[in-house]
Amino acid sequence: MLASYPPGRQRSAVVPMLIFAQDEVGSITPELVQEVAKRCGVQPVQVEECVTYYSMLRKKPLGKYHVQICTNISCLLNGGEELWKRACEQTGLGHKQVSADGMVSLEEVECIGACSWAPALQVNYDFEHLVTPERLDEILAACRKGDYVEKAK
Amino acid sequence: MANLVKFTIDGRELEAAPGTLVIDAAKRAGIEIPAFCYYEGLSLQGACRMCMVEVERMPKLQTACTLPVAEGMVVRTDTPQVAQARKGTLEFLLTNHPLDCPVCDKGGECELQDMVFRYGAGESRFTEIKHHVDEKQWSPVVYFDAPRCILCYRCVRVCDEGMGVGALGVVNRGVVAEIAPNHGDHLECDECGMCIDICPVGALTSGAYRYKTRPWEMEHVGTICTHCSNGCRTTLGVRNNQIIRGNNRDSSGINGEFLCIKGRYAFDFYDHPDRLQAPLMKVNGKLEPVSWSQALAAVARKFSDVKARGGNFGVIGSNRTTNEENFYLQKFARQVLGTNNLDHRRSGDIVSLLDALHGQQTALATTADLYQAKAVVVISADLALEHPLLSWQIRANWRHHAAHVYVVTTEPVREDKYSVNAARCAPGQELETLQALRPQLVDEPELIFVFGDTIKGEKVRKLVEFGASLGKPVKYVCLVDYANSRGAMDMGLTPELLPGYRASGMPGLTIAEMLAAEDLDVLWVVGANPLAGASLAARGAFVVVQDLFLTETAQAADVVFPACSAYEKNGTVTNVTGEVQRLKRAVQAMGTKPDLEIIGLLAREMGEAAQLGPWSADKVFAEIRATVPGYNVPLPVILTGGAAQTSPVNGRVEAPARPELIRSARNGLFSSGTLGRYSNVLHSVLEGRRQP
Repeated sequence: MLASYPPGRQRSAVVPMLIFAQDEVGSITPELVQEVAKRCGVQPVQVEECVTYYSMLRKKPLGKYHVQICTNISCLLNGGEELWKRACEQTGLGHKQVSADGMVSLEEVECIGACSWAPALQVNYDFEHLVTPERLDEILAACRKGDYVEKAK
Repeated sequence: MANLVKFTIDGRELEAAPGTLVIDAAKRAGIEIPAFCYYEGLSLQGACRMCMVEVERMPKLQTACTLPVAEGMVVRTDTPQVAQARKGTLEFLLTNHPLDCPVCDKGGECELQDMVFRYGAGESRFTEIKHHVDEKQWSPVVYFDAPRCILCYRCVRVCDEGMGVGALGVVNRGVVAEIAPNHGDHLECDECGMCIDICPVGALTSGAYRYKTRPWEMEHVGTICTHCSNGCRTTLGVRNNQIIRGNNRDSSGINGEFLCIKGRYAFDFYDHPDRLQAPLMKVNGKLEPVSWSQALAAVARKFSDVKARGGNFGVIGSNRTTNEENFYLQKFARQVLGTNNLDHRRSGDIVSLLDALHGQQTALATTADLYQAKAVVVISADLALEHPLLSWQIRANWRHHAAHVYVVTTEPVREDKYSVNAARCAPGQELETLQALRPQLVDEPELIFVFGDTIKGEKVRKLVEFGASLGKPVKYVCLVDYANSRGAMDMGLTPELLPGYRASGMPGLTIAEMLAAEDLDVLWVVGANPLAGASLAARGAFVVVQDLFLTETAQAADVVFPACSAYEKNGTVTNVTGEVQRLKRAVQAMGTKPDLEIIGLLAREMGEAAQLGPWSADKVFAEIRATVPGYNVPLPVILTGGAAQTSPVNGRVEAPARPELIRSARNGLFSSGTLGRYSNVLHSVLEGRRQP
């Protein structure tokens, strides 16, 4: 990965390296920060800057299935807000909370770039378009059971 | 020189080199563009939005700190729109900034305060409660008050770029963004305090200075740091005869804004409770306080007696005392005592270097040269720790001019990170490793070799031969330890050399020989501690010591004179690059006298004052300028606080170099010989405590 940046610009690899590492490890651990800093030739505090700046980089692990529901303008107009409330009630979780068994976590997100198919949500890297309340229930049930099929993986 | 660019600022037609930033061009023309994040020498940030200017044919206001001048550019800094932008920016900066100026350390010299006064609104439209975070202590010397921070990133950049440490970062974002130290809740770094000095507001404050005084209540005395040999100018803030802080607030001197922990904080030894305040004399085997006249009379009597019966004297000088004191001491020893047993602790082989160069006028590099040279080779020294200013200069040279840095050391050093070639060598194999770099070095248009104490004697000659064989302009820096190590050598504090490296032609004992001489009658030690880890063979010798503290040597003395520290006297010192600078007295310490005066009073007591001449620093310096080769430095430069390099010896040095006596103490950032033991700050920081 480092080779894809021009010489002397290895610092640019910090964010992608963190993302890939997070997908594998589940969250950004202090050891990970040290390792990324070492590989990119920067100070650990400079990696820490990125981790705390970007909301998609997280220091605590999320659920196995991270359900991100958009409540930005297009989804809001098409029932995104209702989906969010329903998901909270169904799971008993709130924003950025993880279920006790570690299977599901919820996050209310800003635009995920699927406005044409609003309301939309994302389970890990998978998009769910034109989500109805019934479809939401199915998704959540599958996630809780652990048999949600991830196509993007 | 490329063609100058023509442009207009506020209706004035100006010219500047291509690439000049609008903010710099305006400053040069006397037009102030306010800014926080912009700091000359650091990378551009464009974070504070304070330097907005109107540029014709550009739709929006531009940040003058990131905008290079262009041909025909028309800039206005005095329009209502610009004034409105500045006002708005300040209003935003003050959203969460507490208005605690009356208790803030920065009050009175705060850039935010000044700017709000000048460009800000009278009142804020925000009625919301300010976001508050409690103050944090990151180290004994660094405190951080997040709400005061305006996120200009100056501290982050000076630590990363200037110091090469990178101990600070900015975590989180938006309103909760704040500066964070590298170890979560505390800092592990050089503890240099550059971040505090560079902070435009009172967000970073100094543990040594906070809540002690207001800046306008202090007198600011520019003098030279007494610790390492780099000779940084430190401006001491003095109130009621107390040094309250050290910084270099006016960026004067060879170091600009730079200071390390020693220059900024380690002045604190001067009022250590162990400081001697009265002469001590051994009565019944115990040192008792006596009056100055008693002590002087006793020593003068002893000196006269021993001299009259042709006894043996040994005189050991210091590498922290001034040139005047060293010159006067050697004159006293040679003319009054008639002895050539005169030495000081040597830490670099400047003699071999001067001899090998025999008088090449341009072969000794200055501190400024290290910032300008196209290539620098660091041999056998951990510059960042041992010679922080030289390291800062080289780092700045690399950053600003893309200088090529080469490293030849046994261990990894900080310079490795930005060097073009960091070569590791086995101990003693420096020159062989250097040979391997030859293909690269020969392509450099010019070079500076900076070498430590393991390059001595023949090796210095070989290095100079190697330098000459490259066929390029080459300069050298011979590293030495303390504030006036170089000056002690220049002033002839050795048996074999008179001031100005003229051979004495007389035999004399070195320190080790004096300590080992069983027939020594008098040992006179001025500001040194030779008996630390050593003993005196001559049991009956009369030992006279001039020092600040009761060191191992002073404890063994028959008479101890309490001496002034460098911050309590006037005089000159010569730094590692041979640049002479003036000390200026900042405070007076009760009961002490400058070493020069003590030596002078001894001469008077012995009735020999007439042949030594007056013992005022100015008079002795005038004599040094007149009689010591190389020291005819321009007086106006010295008197106005400048640095003037001494010219190298014209010709060979007709005396042995004695490389076997050369050994550097290798003091790092948190130690400073005997003096360092009495600095509480150096021991309070984590890094200082960790040192062996």
